[in-house]
Amino acid sequence: MLYINCPHCGMRSQNEFSYGGDASVKRPELNKEVSDQEWDNFVYNRKSLRGKHLELWQHISGCRQWIKVERDTATHEIFRTFKADEEVA
Amino acid sequence: MTQAFRIENGGLINRDKKLSFKFNGKTYLGYEGDTLASALLANGVHLVGRSFKYHRPRGFFGAGVDEPYAVVQLYRNGETEPNIKATEQELFEGLEAKSVNCWPSVNFDIGAINNFLKIFLPAGFYYKTFMWPKSFWYRIYEPFIRKAAGLGVASTKHDKERYEHKYEYCDLLIAGSGPSGLAGAYAAAKNGAKVILAEDKPRFGGSLLTSDVNIGNQSGKDWAEGIIAELKTMPNVVVKNRSQIFGYYDHNMLVMSEKVSDHLPSTKKYHPNKRLWYIRAKEVLISSGSIERPIVFGNNDTPGVMLSSAAKEYLKVYGVLVGRKPLVFTNNDSGYETAIEFKKHGVDPVVLDSRKNPESEIIDEAKNLGINIKNSYVVVAAQGYKKVKSADIASISEDKKQLGKIENIQCDCICVSGFWTPTIHLASQSGNKTKFKEEIDAFVPGQSKQNEITLGAANGVFSLEETLKTSFTVGSELSKKITENDNKIAIPNVVEKKSSQHDKFWCVPLPKGKNYKRFLDFQNDVAVSDVEIALREGYRSIEHVKRYTTLGMATDQGKTSNLNGLQLVSEIENKVVPAVGHTTFRPPYTPVSIGAIVGREVGKHSKPTRKSPMHSWHEKNNAVFVDAGVWLRPRYYKRGNENLFEASKREAKNVRTNVGVCDVTTLGKIDIKGPDAAELLNRVYTNAWLKLPVGKARYGVMLREDGIVMDDGTTTRISENHYHMTTTTAQAANVLSHLEYYLQLVWPELNVNVVSTTEQWAGAAIAGPKSRDLLQKLFPNFDVSNEGLPFMGYMEGDLFGVKARIFRISFSGELAYEVNVESDYGNFMWEKIMEVGKEFNIQPYGTEALSTLRIEMGHVAGSELDGRTIPFDNALEGLVSKKKDFIGKRSLQRSAFIAEDRQRIVGVVPLDKKTSIPEGSHLVKDDKAPLPNPKLGHISASCWSVEYDNPFSLAILKDGKKMIGEKLFAMSPLKNKVIPVEIVSSHYVDPKGERVRS
Ligand SMILES: [Zn+2]
Repeated sequence: MLYINCPHCGMRSQNEFSYGGDASVKRPELNKEVSDQEWDNFVYNRKSLRGKHLELWQHISGCRQWIKVERDTATHEIFRTFKADEEVA
Repeated sequence: MTQAFRIENGGLINRDKKLSFKFNGKTYLGYEGDTLASALLANGVHLVGRSFKYHRPRGFFGAGVDEPYAVVQLYRNGETEPNIKATEQELFEGLEAKSVNCWPSVNFDIGAINNFLKIFLPAGFYYKTFMWPKSFWYRIYEPFIRKAAGLGVASTKHDKERYEHKYEYCDLLIAGSGPSGLAGAYAAAKNGAKVILAEDKPRFGGSLLTSDVNIGNQSGKDWAEGIIAELKTMPNVVVKNRSQIFGYYDHNMLVMSEKVSDHLPSTKKYHPNKRLWYIRAKEVLISSGSIERPIVFGNNDTPGVMLSSAAKEYLKVYGVLVGRKPLVFTNNDSGYETAIEFKKHGVDPVVLDSRKNPESEIIDEAKNLGINIKNSYVVVAAQGYKKVKSADIASISEDKKQLGKIENIQCDCICVSGFWTPTIHLASQSGNKTKFKEEIDAFVPGQSKQNEITLGAANGVFSLEETLKTSFTVGSELSKKITENDNKIAIPNVVEKKSSQHDKFWCVPLPKGKNYKRFLDFQNDVAVSDVEIALREGYRSIEHVKRYTTLGMATDQGKTSNLNGLQLVSEIENKVVPAVGHTTFRPPYTPVSIGAIVGREVGKHSKPTRKSPMHSWHEKNNAVFVDAGVWLRPRYYKRGNENLFEASKREAKNVRTNVGVCDVTTLGKIDIKGPDAAELLNRVYTNAWLKLPVGKARYGVMLREDGIVMDDGTTTRISENHYHMTTTTAQAANVLSHLEYYLQLVWPELNVNVVSTTEQWAGAAIAGPKSRDLLQKLFPNFDVSNEGLPFMGYMEGDLFGVKARIFRISFSGELAYEVNVESDYGNFMWEKIMEVGKEFNIQPYGTEALSTLRIEMGHVAGSELDGRTIPFDNALEGLVSKKKDFIGKRSLQRSAFIAEDRQRIVGVVPLDKKTSIPEGSHLVKDDKAPLPNPKLGHISASCWSVEYDNPFSLAILKDGKKMIGEKLFAMSPLKNKVIPVEIVSSHYVDPKGERVRS
């Protein structure tokens, strides 16, 4: 079970969180013309990376904040975590 | 019964307390502190079971967790449990156990015929033998295999025992209480670190209980007892025996199974049977020790052949002689330690050492005691069927290929030592890439992967002095980093006998003309010849060899067989062992009972149960409940002998003619506040929300980004910047997360807050033509007329002194209202509604009537919003704004979503107006068409229309719009039904929606 550092609450077990997928996906702006390809990329197409992956988790049984977690998908090592509005350098 | 093999004195058992127990129906005596194994051996019982494949007689091989044979069916306090190792099961008064794998009895076993048919059961026999003819499988092969194989029988009764889960955090977790574990724990504890020390056996001390060593001028055993006693007094230390750490998971999470009650005749009141500990440790010290490995020789599975360390343990811990004429067969000094113990208790052993001329302090001691030692000698084969009677022995050449002349010597047990295998399972589970250590012919942990350090024998270090030194230091250093204390501990003086180098020898060659079975895996009956066949048939990867032969796949996970299997593969393949590599170690290290894994989450506790504030009223009024997600909701209220069908029809009918009341507390409720609340709703819902006036409700549909309907419900504008959203019962949590996702990540600029208020409000739906009359009486000072409170209107009222919210919304299609009060007043509200409603013939109605009402009105619910439908499919396209953008809008342009013949909701009526259509039935054009019959749609919900008194269903049907009036067939192969049907409008009752506005 992963041990995730919620930037708001501290170290908490994985079972307090729910997974939210790739954090690098950006929703196209509202009312903007979007091509089929762009929209498909946003809704469906994901890279199933092996290695470092920036992903979303929600601290659902805690502060309910969505956070970003930089995690290795092969080793499960977690490198850094960020608040929703924090820029990831 | 006498305990003929119990020595007069000695051992750590309590001789003041005799216990009686039964094995295979016969009564025996043992002592408190015995295991079932030691007590049986004390009584001279060596035959405990039959082997898995050939049903050969099996005895005891080990004395603990590594035991491959002595697996029994245990009976305790009216319960039974399979797969219990007799070497681990502590004796208690009244214990009963039976052999497994034998039928009809352990002494006469029909399956043993396999032993004579063994040429038909070679490696891969599972895959080859029972294949043809196919029809034989169910009738002959499977019943036969089930009867003849397996390791006991699981109980089919409900388990009355209780199992607990516990979460714990610590600085240092120490797995194993041998010398390294004790030293590491002690040093860390002295620095104030929070320590958990776990020992799987009942007694602490590990190898110190049986080895002849001195630490700080005390025996090893006394030193261990002193350390444990001191640790137990320290507030920062948790010391646990009977506790096996069986899994090492991500981020230093380890799981431990504590046997709280297995050693007692019955579990004490309020105590669990087992407790599963989830431990998050900052640092982990693995001090799991090592397991002696066997040397492979002919008939090495005969009862009476056992590990030399086990023989020593039975003698030193339990005061039991495993034989009176022991033969010790060794390739290292450990065998001599066992021989010396025998000699000290007046028994004359013979030692066969495969080495030519070994010299060490231990060997000198054995010689001085006058023990008969034969160098360059091996056991070729054990003789005897149900018990060792003698051994064929021979001298062996230096290259270990040639045997000398075979001699037969009398013996009643053969104690084998093929050196030691470090127990690296936990390190390997942590992700540690193990490495092969040439000097000990075994794998040891390599680079630490997580925060784990392996110490002592588990790390391939067999010198006590070195082990203690390292372990004290590591315990000190690690704890210093955490607590910043630095209490120096004097490392005690150690006296131990030095050993000489072991012999790299593990398998005795077959003598000419003999074809003895030489077993590698004793539990799964895998012999040298099986691995040879697998390799001959082309299996190369050790993982494949393992699966094909089942080597190491039994419940002991090959604790005694893995390395010898690797040695064999590497020898035949002409590779070195590290190149062959070992198979993956996976948790659990030892079998864990399913009950412990499940914990308290059984029966009604397998999920939370949520009840509305009116629950007790429902109970008192004969409600029959149904699970709705985690909620319990009344399905119907039973009157007299009514069944579900009759009751729900009555309740629904009463709504259509008078008035009914339904508990709708379970609906999800979300409070939405902030200046941008309307903007959020406008983006989340498909319809327009910016112009909803205060005091008005609106029905809305929300999509996922892929265009699929996520949920529906009404949202009411309570005040300028305050909205009250309702969701379906099932989607409440998902919708909240969905809103939070967009507010926190996508549109953080929106100034809005959302919070769940599901549990803050109790809700009652009042529906039916007389509902307004009832409402007026409930709120006499408020104008609830059609003008004062129009359809989709909202007002706040006063219900006999309680603040209430009144919504004019309808799910039943009738004139209807929903009244909400704070949860604490829910029951008060309900009772008032029932009391005042009496004169209008009010009846409560449950979810079944609720469904009937919504189905015949064509209102969609979860069965239509099933994660596969878009607004059009549900005839909700009128709610999809063309002007504004919203979540999922772009997806609605997908070609499949705008196809001419897109599926759509329809109504379905059976032609005979009698036969109810099972939900899930497929709609097809031709009921006689060949399979697979093309499916045009499916029945999503069925009811008995109370309006027309005939069955009515909703369906999602391809090109549904054009299908109205068509005749099709509803087919349910599951229920074996074919029903001719007519497709009608989904709005079966009141298609113009006049009632809700009346
Ligand atoms: Zn948090």
